[in-house]
Amino acid sequence: MILPISYNLRNLAVRRTTTLMTALGIGLTVAVLAASFALVDGLRLALEASGHPLNVLVTRKGAESELASNFERRVFDDLKFKAGIARNAAGEPLASLEVVTVINLVSVEYPEGANVSVRGVTPIGLEIRDDARLTEGRWFTPGRREATVGSSIAKRYPEARPGEKIRFGRGEWEVVGIFHSGQMARNSEILVDLNQVAADFGRESVLSSALLRATDEVAHQALINDLQADTRLNVQARSEKAYYAQQTSSGDLIRYLGTIVAVIMAVGSCFGAMNTMYAAVARRSKEIGTLRVLGFSRAAILVSFLIESLMLAALGGALGILLVLPVQGLSTGIGSMVTFSEIAFQLRITPQTMASAFLFALAMGAAGGLLPAFQASRKEILTALREG
Amino acid sequence: MSQDVVIRARGLTKEFLRDSFHIVALKDVDLEIRRGEYLALMGPSGSGKSTLLHLIAAMDRPTAGEIEVLGSNVASMADSEMAKWRNRHIGFVFQSFNLIPVLTALENVELPLKLTHLKRGERVQHAATALKLVGLGDRMDHYPRQLSGGQEQRVAIARAIVTDPDIILCDEPTGNLDARSANEVLELLRRLNQEFGKTIVMVTHDPHAAHFATHIRFIDKGELLPEGKKPEDWS
Repeated sequence: MILPISYNLRNLAVRRTTTLMTALGIGLTVAVLAASFALVDGLRLALEASGHPLNVLVTRKGAESELASNFERRVFDDLKFKAGIARNAAGEPLASLEVVTVINLVSVEYPEGANVSVRGVTPIGLEIRDDARLTEGRWFTPGRREATVGSSIAKRYPEARPGEKIRFGRGEWEVVGIFHSGQMARNSEILVDLNQVAADFGRESVLSSALLRATDEVAHQALINDLQADTRLNVQARSEKAYYAQQTSSGDLIRYLGTIVAVIMAVGSCFGAMNTMYAAVARRSKEIGTLRVLGFSRAAILVSFLIESLMLAALGGALGILLVLPVQGLSTGIGSMVTFSEIAFQLRITPQTMASAFLFALAMGAAGGLLPAFQASRKEILTALREG
Repeated sequence: MSQDVVIRARGLTKEFLRDSFHIVALKDVDLEIRRGEYLALMGPSGSGKSTLLHLIAAMDRPTAGEIEVLGSNVASMADSEMAKWRNRHIGFVFQSFNLIPVLTALENVELPLKLTHLKRGERVQHAATALKLVGLGDRMDHYPRQLSGGQEQRVAIARAIVTDPDIILCDEPTGNLDARSANEVLELLRRLNQEFGKTIVMVTHDPHAAHFATHIRFIDKGELLPEGKKPEDWS
C-alpha cells in the first residue's frame, strides 16, 4: 500500500522555493529539448506540405538536388511529350524547364547575408504552381529583369520587397510582387524569367531540372518509371513531394545538437532533483522512521519518495512546456543541406513534442529521485527516528 | 505461552558498537507481561528501558535471547512481515508525538488504516471515532502546528489505537508536556487500559506518571530489577 499522494503534494508545497527552483532547472532543460524539436518539426511539416502529389521532378541522373543538376535543354525537348503529362487549356504539355541558382541576400537575422534560391521558370512553370497566389504586386514579365518573391523571402529579406532592386547575374532585378503558396518551401524562393536568368548566368543550354504535371496518380508513377527506365535521357525522376521530404535531413543536425545539449543539461537537472530529494529524505528522517513504525514497508517508502520526485519533475516538465510555448509559430530559416539555400518555416510544437518533453522530464525525476528514495527505504527504524 | 501472557522475554540481550565502544544495552532480561497489564518501565537515562520497548515493538532485533509477543517470535520475522505485524498488533506513542506535519489530525490518525483493507469511508469513520475518544472530535481538520503539545499527543494516541491493537507501547509519552497536559494523557492511557482492556507498556522517568500504571519495574544498567526493587541511587 502506498502513502497518500496528498502527503507528497503537501511536502512539495511546504518547501515551495526549493521545489520551484528544482522544477525550473528541469523546465529549462525540457524547454531546450522542446525548442529543438519544434525547429525540426516546423521544418519537417513545411517540407512535407511542399510538392504537388501529381508533380514529377526530373534532374540529371545522380544529382541529389536541382542545384547540383546539369539538365540539358535538348533532354527537356525529348521528354516533354512523354505520355502521362497533363496539358493546359491551350493543349501545351504542363512541363516546365527550370534553372535554380543561389544568391546572397542580407536578412533580418543575418546582416552578413544568407543564401536564397532563385528559380527561373516559364509561364508554364507558373501554371504548374497553381497553388501560388499573388498577395502583392504582379508576376514578373518574361524577358525582363523582374522578380516575384515568396512571402517568406519578403518577410525576412528587406531588400527583396516590392519596389526594391536585387543585384545578381548581370544586373539589377526589380522586385515587382509577392506570392504565397500553401506549399511552404516554395515561399522561400525568388521566381524570375527562365531565359533572362539563364542568359545572365550563361546557362542557356544547361539548366537545372524539369517539373512535370502528371494527368493522374497512376500516370504519375508510370511517368516516373518511364523516365527512370529511359537510358537515352539519363535522368532521375522522382515525385516532387519525395524530393522535399528528403530535405528534412537538414534538420537532423539540429535534432542531434538539441538532444545532446538537453542531455548534458539533464545531467545537471538530475543532480538538482537528487540534491532536493536527498535534502527531503534527511529533513524527514523522523517521519520515515515513524511511518515504518506504523507499518509501512521499505517498498512503500521507496515508492513514496520516487513519486514525489516524479511530481517535482512533472511540475518541471509542465513549466518547460509553458516556457517553450511562445515560440510556437515563430518564423525562422535554416540552410538546407540539399539546396544550399535557406528554407523559411515556422516553429511547431506538436503534441508529440510536448509528450516527449514531458516524458524526458519524468525520466529526469526518476533518475534523480531513485537513489534518495532508495536511501530513505534502507534507513533502519531507530536510526531514522534518532536522525530526525 | 499461557493465554494470559502477551509478552515474554527470555535471556533478552542487546549489544551494539558505538564509536568502537562495545555497549551492553540490555543484559539477560526475563520478563512476562499479562493481557490487560499496564506496566511502567522506569530507570535512569541509558538504562535500557527504551531498548526493551523497541524490541517488544519489533523495531529492532536482539543480539541474544528470545522475545515472544502475542505468540509470535518477532525477532525471527522478515522486515516486511515485521512491518505488517506492527501495524496489526502494536500501537506506539512517541515522546515527541511524531505526527506528520503536512497531514491533518484526521489524516494522521487514518494513516495506519491505509495498510488495512478498509475502504476510505470506513477509514475516515474509524479515525474520527478514535479522535472523538481522545476528546479531539472538534480538531479533526487541524494540522499538528495548530494544536497544543497535549493535543498533539492525544492525536498520537488516537493514531496508536485506531487499528485496535492488542498492545500500546509508550516511550516517555509525557516527557514533552506540561503537568496539566501530561495528566490528561495519563488519564487517557489509564482509561484505555481499564475500559478497553489494552495492555500498555510505558517507559517513563516520571514517578507521577508511573503511578498511573498497575505495575512498575525498574531497569538499571541493562538489567531488569526484580519487582519492587529500585536502583540503589534512585531517589
